[in-house]
Amino acid sequence: MGGLAKEILQGAARGGYSQGMLQTVLQGGAVGEVSPFRDTYLKAFRFMLLARILDEKFASLYRAAKIHGGVFLGRGQEALSVSVGYSLRPGDVFAPLIRDAAGRLAFGEPVLDSVRTYLGSPLGPMRARDGNVHRGRPEAGLLPMISHLGAMISVVNGVLLARRLKQIPGSVGAACVGEGATSTGSFHEALNQAAVEKLPLVLVVANNQYAYSTPTARQFACDSLLDRAQGYGVEGHAVDGTDLEGCLKVLELAVARARAGNGPQLIEASLLRLCGHGEHDTAEYVDAKLKASSLGRDCLKIAEQSALHQGWTNSETIAVWRAEAVQKVEDAVAMVQREAGPDPFEESWQALSTRDLSEGNE
Amino acid sequence: MSITYLEAIREAQARALADDPRVFIYGQDVGAFGGAFKATKNLAAEFPGRVLDAPISEDAIVGLGVGAAIEGMRPILEMQFADFSTVGFNQIVNQAATLFWRTNLPCPITIRLPFGGTKGGGPFHSQSLEAIYAHYPGLIVMTPATVEDAYSMLLEAVALDDPVIFCEHKLLYYHLKAEQLPTEAFPVGKARIAREGRDMTIVTYSAMVHEALEAAGELALEGWQVEVVDLRTIKPLDTDTVMASVARTGRLLCVGESWPWGGSPPK
Ligand SMILES: Cc1ncc(C[n+]2csc(CCOP(=O)(O)OP(=O)(O)O)c2C)c(N)n1
Repeated sequence: MGGLAKEILQGAARGGYSQGMLQTVLQGGAVGEVSPFRDTYLKAFRFMLLARILDEKFASLYRAAKIHGGVFLGRGQEALSVSVGYSLRPGDVFAPLIRDAAGRLAFGEPVLDSVRTYLGSPLGPMRARDGNVHRGRPEAGLLPMISHLGAMISVVNGVLLARRLKQIPGSVGAACVGEGATSTGSFHEALNQAAVEKLPLVLVVANNQYAYSTPTARQFACDSLLDRAQGYGVEGHAVDGTDLEGCLKVLELAVARARAGNGPQLIEASLLRLCGHGEHDTAEYVDAKLKASSLGRDCLKIAEQSALHQGWTNSETIAVWRAEAVQKVEDAVAMVQREAGPDPFEESWQALSTRDLSEGNE
Repeated sequence: MSITYLEAIREAQARALADDPRVFIYGQDVGAFGGAFKATKNLAAEFPGRVLDAPISEDAIVGLGVGAAIEGMRPILEMQFADFSTVGFNQIVNQAATLFWRTNLPCPITIRLPFGGTKGGGPFHSQSLEAIYAHYPGLIVMTPATVEDAYSMLLEAVALDDPVIFCEHKLLYYHLKAEQLPTEAFPVGKARIAREGRDMTIVTYSAMVHEALEAAGELALEGWQVEVVDLRTIKPLDTDTVMASVARTGRLLCVGESWPWGGSPPK
């Protein structure tokens, strides 16, 4: 286990943050012959598996009314999400969105961060002040999203521009959005801004065919969102979001091109949300034809089949990985459930860091 | 030597840029052109690479400022007119104003808002939005009335670890002058008694301080001693100074330029 994760486990992070990079470490190796891509693929697969199991745990805690507020899952989007987190390296910036459990883990977010945020533990990174997917560790490059769609992209731009001003070369910033968020003014302003400044931004659009209940036909009128890349003057990449190999490769390429100074990269991944908008949503509006199409394939199952088919691993090993992931999640939940909730009377309600200028400071 | 309110704002930015490598300026036309009101005149040449023209994207301007602040910078963001800050409203009130409370990470950004009524301004170049921003607990709102305050408060705004909405009155830009820049300043959040009097208190800020002083001068001819309190920052609001003054005079008149319903004066 990484230094930071260990520290958090010991509850040492209360009210403050540890410096340094995030780390979610997976133990154990794979079987078969050594090939770098095989290694990448299997690691990414294991983060997908862990994310799916974590998501499912949150869904069951939600059904048991153990979580206050919404639960938002990334089912069906893990291949894309993990590829984003995996393609980044320490020192990069990542602004995930609501369906990015896999990407967060691959970027290094500890399982405990998500469990503590969902269960409202003051020991979590948001100190129980915000819940579910609104979490991050900005000092480690993981930006905590605000709900307002599209709003995080220009914040990533700001980190990247600051790095440029500080003459820290080589950083890449990735932001994830759904296709619905591409209709916001924020999205437009920020992508244009990144293009004008030629920032190393990788903007990943998960086109999961629905924004809550709204189908793409009611969201935009262009044939493909990638048509917009040219309009913004940025490079665009399309990918099948259900295909782990394709996602890993396209993200690796886009991140490398951004890092090499080729400016913003726009990625559109086609896939289908295999869950409700949130766990409160039965999503009956999803077209059965889409579910039956190749968009509706479960990326986790395909990744598993493909790994087996290539002879990169075997089902026994996967069963062990699955059991380990379940254990990791169960341990984290059991631990956090024993942690005391926030105490409103102990809590500081000051919204300014300059204490004597804050309201309620009398 | 004499210096205008606008020049003081330019000088404060020059000094902030000179003193602190973390400071940069971002806004529409602020670069080689020097800003719509010339508040950044020559700064792009004096501080190459640190005074950057932005596209007409107030949302992304503020978002970028927040990201830079997360990365340890101290951006000064210029809105061409206060009125257009509403396009960046979401980033100001939801991103900047909540960052510290959510993450414990400070958000040292200064957003400059040229505001207030001037002749011919019309409905979209005259607004006074200080009350709206003051509503949000994560924002500081400064409304300097004097050349000295314009200078020293802007430097304080940049030095503070929190987001500051810096409201500079366009009416004062060119005609308000001082002999020199100040070397010391009142603390942030402290109101100033601009004129002493025992019969009535006028509480006001920004350009209306000067109207109030003029009125007080006229009333003095009729024998009334009017006290004028210049709030300087409307958030935080220095109620101690206001209450103490009203306790002495027994009468209070609040004067402001913003719309009356929910404006700063009623507060
Ligand atoms: C600016 C804004 N408007 C509305 C919402 C409410 N909202 C939250 S998620 C969502 C749908 C988002 O769809 P999309 O961007 O396609 O992402 P997906 O949920 O499909 O992953 C909406 C409308 C919001 N969060 N922000």
